Amino acid sequence: MDQNSATYEGQKMYDPKGWWDTYVFSQDHKVIALQYVCVALAIGLTGMFLSLLMRMQLGFPGLFESIDAGSYYQDVTMHGMIMVIYLLTALFLGGFGNYLIPLMLGCRDMAFPFVNMLSFWMYFLSVIILVASFFVESGPTGAGWTLYPPQSILEGTPGGDGAGIILMLASLAVFIIAFTMGGLNYITTVLQSRAKGMTLMRMPLIIWCIFLATFLGLLAFPALLVGAIMLIFDRVLETSFFMPEIFKGGEVLDYGGGSPVLFQHLFWFFGHPEVYIIALPAFGIISELISVHARKNIFGYNMMVWALIAIAGIAFIVWAHHMYVAGMNPYLGFFFATTTLIIAVPTAIKVYNWVLTLWNANIKMTVPMLYCLAFLVTFLNGGLTGLFLGNVAVDVPLSDTYFVVGHFHMVMAVSPVLALYGGLYHWYPSVTGRMLNDTLGKIHFWITFIGTYLIYFPMHYIGFLGVPRRYYSNEQYDFIPQSVADLNQFITVCALIVGAAQFILLYNFVVSLYKGAIAPKNPWGACTLEWQTLESPPGHGNWGEQLPVVYRWPYEYGLPGATSDFVPQNVPDEQIT
Amino acid sequence: MSNNQSVSFEHSIPDNLKGLVADWSSDVQTFRVRWSKAMMWIFLVSDTFIFGSFLCAYMAVRLTTIEPWPPTSEVFALHVGGADVPLLLIAIMTFILISSSGTMAMAVTSGYKKQRKKTAFLILLTALGGVAFVGMQMFEWSKLIFEEGIRPWGNPFGAAQFGGFFFMITGFHGLHVSIGVVYLTIVAKRVWEGRYDKLNDYQMVEVAGLYWHFVDLVWIFIFAFFYLW
Repeated sequence: MDQNSATYEGQKMYDPKGWWDTYVFSQDHKVIALQYVCVALAIGLTGMFLSLLMRMQLGFPGLFESIDAGSYYQDVTMHGMIMVIYLLTALFLGGFGNYLIPLMLGCRDMAFPFVNMLSFWMYFLSVIILVASFFVESGPTGAGWTLYPPQSILEGTPGGDGAGIILMLASLAVFIIAFTMGGLNYITTVLQSRAKGMTLMRMPLIIWCIFLATFLGLLAFPALLVGAIMLIFDRVLETSFFMPEIFKGGEVLDYGGGSPVLFQHLFWFFGHPEVYIIALPAFGIISELISVHARKNIFGYNMMVWALIAIAGIAFIVWAHHMYVAGMNPYLGFFFATTTLIIAVPTAIKVYNWVLTLWNANIKMTVPMLYCLAFLVTFLNGGLTGLFLGNVAVDVPLSDTYFVVGHFHMVMAVSPVLALYGGLYHWYPSVTGRMLNDTLGKIHFWITFIGTYLIYFPMHYIGFLGVPRRYYSNEQYDFIPQSVADLNQFITVCALIVGAAQFILLYNFVVSLYKGAIAPKNPWGACTLEWQTLESPPGHGNWGEQLPVVYRWPYEYGLPGATSDFVPQNVPDEQIT
Repeated sequence: MSNNQSVSFEHSIPDNLKGLVADWSSDVQTFRVRWSKAMMWIFLVSDTFIFGSFLCAYMAVRLTTIEPWPPTSEVFALHVGGADVPLLLIAIMTFILISSSGTMAMAVTSGYKKQRKKTAFLILLTALGGVAFVGMQMFEWSKLIFEEGIRPWGNPFGAAQFGGFFFMITGFHGLHVSIGVVYLTIVAKRVWEGRYDKLNDYQMVEVAGLYWHFVDLVWIFIFAFFYLW
């Protein structure tokens, strides 16, 4: 076999037969991406609804009698798990990854389309198992999204009497299988089936980001899988991996000799890279959008790539900064504080480069651009409070207060969601062939952007006052002043408004699908390959007869001597006009 | 303008690394292998982290548990000819598994020589080694469970975690071996049917071999950590 034939071994046209193959059990990466996006958005809406229930209790304690302490903790747990894993991880990698990797790299499909399809259906199954836990006796687990033993598997924890925790862990295990199948696809495709001329250092930054995020996932999710398996055994077989000797109600339980801190290590060895699994695709989306909508090449492409690689590497040695108060050796805290602060350096490089890309640029205030600017500000704010929490001495008093809630919602909830929305607005024309309504988009943007600040900024202050997070009710504690209750009411009202505003986006999506203006082939004037397909939106096989050939890097804006202000990647030098 | 990226590369890298950089920065593909082989390597890296997490957890608990660890050389001993012989069964199991790696390596070689029947035979022999290994593991498990009373949640010798970790990790490894047996049988069938002759490419045999060698390598670690420590 000559070596080049391996290159195009799978570059066959996907030719579906009939409705089921085209729309349901499709092996086309674009359909799979849409399936991922739809399921993730649906479960994400559920997560948002749960957060509003929590806010109702915090803002107006006792208003709803159905929200008791138990169901409050169940809402907290499910909200966290759904948002971090089933919404953001699935949407960024399953959705954006599936859609963009083959299109941006100029190949016909993923390397293993069948495995890719299986990946989606396993993800769907994991979501079903997760949702099923709402309907079992005593409901979903209420142990907090970190699922720390011993309380996560003991009866008496909210939702702990029924099968809630089992379903949660089973769902996670199935999700990890789904992610592994998808992830192997993404990595193999990026490494092995790029278009001619598409070197690694000519890949769009979002592909680099998804590639590295997938690598992080493939190496980090195993720790969660192991933790989940051991936790299931502790619950079902009464092994004592994580369980010390426990007295409960005066009785000695059958457990003994295990290490609860071990689970925290396993969980956060997954959990911290998970932050970057979510953040890196967001970085990638911002890098693309900022360059396209500011009509300027990205500043410092090479540095951006190396910064990403540095972040991905260091992400594996910072996990224990989540555990400063967990009772681990204080000297370990010193090590992890150091690595945590070091990871801020490559992250800062990226932020500076985005800002320098904007410097003297021809900034178009489109909706995606607005989201980019919002992301920069929000991510910077969230990142700065991260420096507080990364230091052991500052973290100890702030740990488990609302300061932490404000910090991580700023940096890993709002920021990625802003990038996500920017990406949805940017690539919607490529998927549907129609433009989204600009006015609705701007209304949605301003409510979301200002609203999230009104929600999460006061939380930093509440945290400084020492209000602990995850408390069902703050009324009966002397050290919590009345101002906290007032602020909580204010936050809840803002959260309701922001929650309602998300339906503008959904409305815009559905209506634009039928009534939106027909999008031109390359509406934003982008250089990357996904806008250079024969048909728009791209059909099965993406490229017609001939695979594209790449002649330049993906950010060729404002080339001197060219009449157009951008030159697509697949235009050779002699054809530049 | 379009060459800026590669030019800046050339200057910042010493000569002996240029070849490596050239491979990594080439277009189309980074490694000159089939897609499935690249995927198998990446999967194995991921799988390494699963076994790594298992073994790290085992080591951590073994250091923190309060009761003494069971005397492994006695627990795992086999009563043969009126005397307890430590490590006898496990030595045989390890020998069989490592030998099966040898036959797998021979299968890969004969595959690249396009010897269809010999390749299929050697792969089947490898799978047979796997079956023998799993069979002996079943024997070992039943001996531990029924004769010595070792359970995942406790045992008469000491720390309760011994049984839990032992059954979980060797079980997870046994699952890998069993999946490998099925996988190898399928590959052997395809070799026998001449599928890879038609493709004129036996690389899929090597891909299966990668998996098998990995399962073998993992066993060496499990062997060392459970039976020799």
